[in-house]
Amino acid sequence: MLFSNKVVNILIPIISVLLGLLAGAIIMLFFGYNPVAGYAALWNGAFSDIYFFGETIRQVTPYILSGLAVAFALRTGLLNIGVEGQVFVGWLASVWVGVAFDLPMIIHLPMAVIAAALAGAFWGFIPGILKAKLGVHEVIVTIMMNYIALYISNAIVRNVITDGEDRTENIADSASLGADWIAQLTFFSRLHYGILIALFMAVVMWFILNKTTTGFELRSVGFNPHASNYSGMNVKKNIVLAMVISGAFAGLAGAMEGLGTFGYMNVKSGFTNIGFDGIAVALLGANTALGVVLAAFLFGTLKIGALNMPTEAGVPTELVEIVIALIIFFVASSYIIRWVFLRMKKEGK
Amino acid sequence: MGILDILASIIPAAMVYAAPLIFTALGGVFSERSGVINIGLEGLMVMGAFVGIVFNLTFVDTFGSATPWVSIAVAMIVSALFALVHAVASITFRADQVVSGVAINFLALGIGLFLTKQWYDKGQTDIVSRPFYTSDVWLLSDIPVIGRMFFSGWHPTTYLAIILAVLTYFVIYKTPFGLRLRSVGEHPMAADTNGINVYKMRYIAVMLSGALGGLGGSVFALTVALNFSHSTIVGQGFISLAAVIFGKWHPLGALGAAIFFGFAQSLSIFGSSLPLLSDVPQVFLLIAPYVLTILALAGFIGRAEAPKALGEAYVKGNR
Repeated sequence: MLFSNKVVNILIPIISVLLGLLAGAIIMLFFGYNPVAGYAALWNGAFSDIYFFGETIRQVTPYILSGLAVAFALRTGLLNIGVEGQVFVGWLASVWVGVAFDLPMIIHLPMAVIAAALAGAFWGFIPGILKAKLGVHEVIVTIMMNYIALYISNAIVRNVITDGEDRTENIADSASLGADWIAQLTFFSRLHYGILIALFMAVVMWFILNKTTTGFELRSVGFNPHASNYSGMNVKKNIVLAMVISGAFAGLAGAMEGLGTFGYMNVKSGFTNIGFDGIAVALLGANTALGVVLAAFLFGTLKIGALNMPTEAGVPTELVEIVIALIIFFVASSYIIRWVFLRMKKEGK
Repeated sequence: MGILDILASIIPAAMVYAAPLIFTALGGVFSERSGVINIGLEGLMVMGAFVGIVFNLTFVDTFGSATPWVSIAVAMIVSALFALVHAVASITFRADQVVSGVAINFLALGIGLFLTKQWYDKGQTDIVSRPFYTSDVWLLSDIPVIGRMFFSGWHPTTYLAIILAVLTYFVIYKTPFGLRLRSVGEHPMAADTNGINVYKMRYIAVMLSGALGGLGGSVFALTVALNFSHSTIVGQGFISLAAVIFGKWHPLGALGAAIFFGFAQSLSIFGSSLPLLSDVPQVFLLIAPYVLTILALAGFIGRAEAPKALGEAYVKGNR
């Protein structure tokens, strides 16, 4: 069989990416740019030297975690649009622990990372419990929680951690994920140890979902909550659990920014988009751990590479945003791609 | 300051922020009542703001004093066409409506900023020279007490927003079109059995939400922001969505909720100058709309019931 279901499932993300890039090329042509030069600039911006490569991996790190967060909730049938807010509270919590204490690294760093995960988990728990107990749709609640996180974080940075400043102090070295040897190796890119945490968490997600009874229940609830309930699973508990774990992943993504990339938290006028991009990552990665890592790598490459496009090819950076949006459309509209495959199959007979 | 002075200064300020939310929330009511979730309201507002500003800047010499009105009309048309992307993906291609809406948000901002860089060679456009201005309503503004509150310092678009809300109520509840729209959102199969074209109704609803979202975005751009950049529309679309839900998917409820949220937004900006509110930390006013929406959804402020078929793609013949 040429197009079995499994093959189609793998082909859909690949076709979507290709269609997205093709659309980007057409847009470049339309506005009088050379698409080959544009994409070459993107490639160079992501990989041409070790500094750019370091920055690319640095960008991939939070994407893996935010992608895992969205994917984990989706496997239980929940759409967590609130990853953005959970990233915020995670970032805030990690930096707060980072500046407030002065401890040996072996205690301080894990404490800051765990604080981020707990904060994110708590921010995921609220929509989870509302969904489980009162049947409130998680999409709207998580959107609202995003804004609450944004404004509360700003208020805490300004009024609690600092005295009216727009950013916190830098975190103590003992809470930092950065390392001198990495910085020197990559010509002072902001690459940090966080990538190891992110990859480890991808393994954790795979393990929880595929190798434990809890994971089986979570996936089962995602497939069919009624059948799961009938076979004696506690659906409500699983919904809350899925949102809590998803929130914890998102909180860790915040810690990557707080303890790794920036080392501080500042007052923000809008969202970081790490969480929203995580939706794209999870969708493209088909909600699997490996898929999320690969998709995060792609989007990190696109985002960092795009920064080089204006200088080398004159193409505005924002082209990549359009390409990413189109990729989401194509993946989401996979019904039509499947339909095309079905037609091809029938005609092939 | 007496209480009347406070009201006279805060009501017009609140309505400036409320008007774009009202337009967009009405768009949300149309779309959601037909059974299509529209997280993309934010993106539709972005598109409206972008088109409104660019058209205004480009054609100000052609249309003179009519420029802002023509601008919002063009913004409506372009945003309605843009909403077609959401309609095709979520109605015909059966994409997840939430995901498609998220993509709309990305796409609108990407297109807007890409073209801004392309045409203006910088991150934001110039400031428009002909925005909407506030004005006094002839004669009515001279009425004691309420004249200062309701007929002075309002933009003409704000009156339009309130009229449109009443009109939307009439269309949705008092016309055959409205009945069909609601039935498609509650039970599409029953509607289909009765000869209503479910797909057509949903396409119309989503395009209407695009037009109204574009109207909201362009009105915000031409009354408050006056230019277009990445930070012109930051969350107004999501607040409008909250207004739809807080208003229980009813046009007049959405109107009230949008006014309330506009009030909260203006308070968080002007509140510190008011004696009663100067002691309330700004953050509480900022988060109030969102917290209230969650409480409303959780049933603490009257249960909000969504249209039954909201979020489900309709597949003909499926049961």
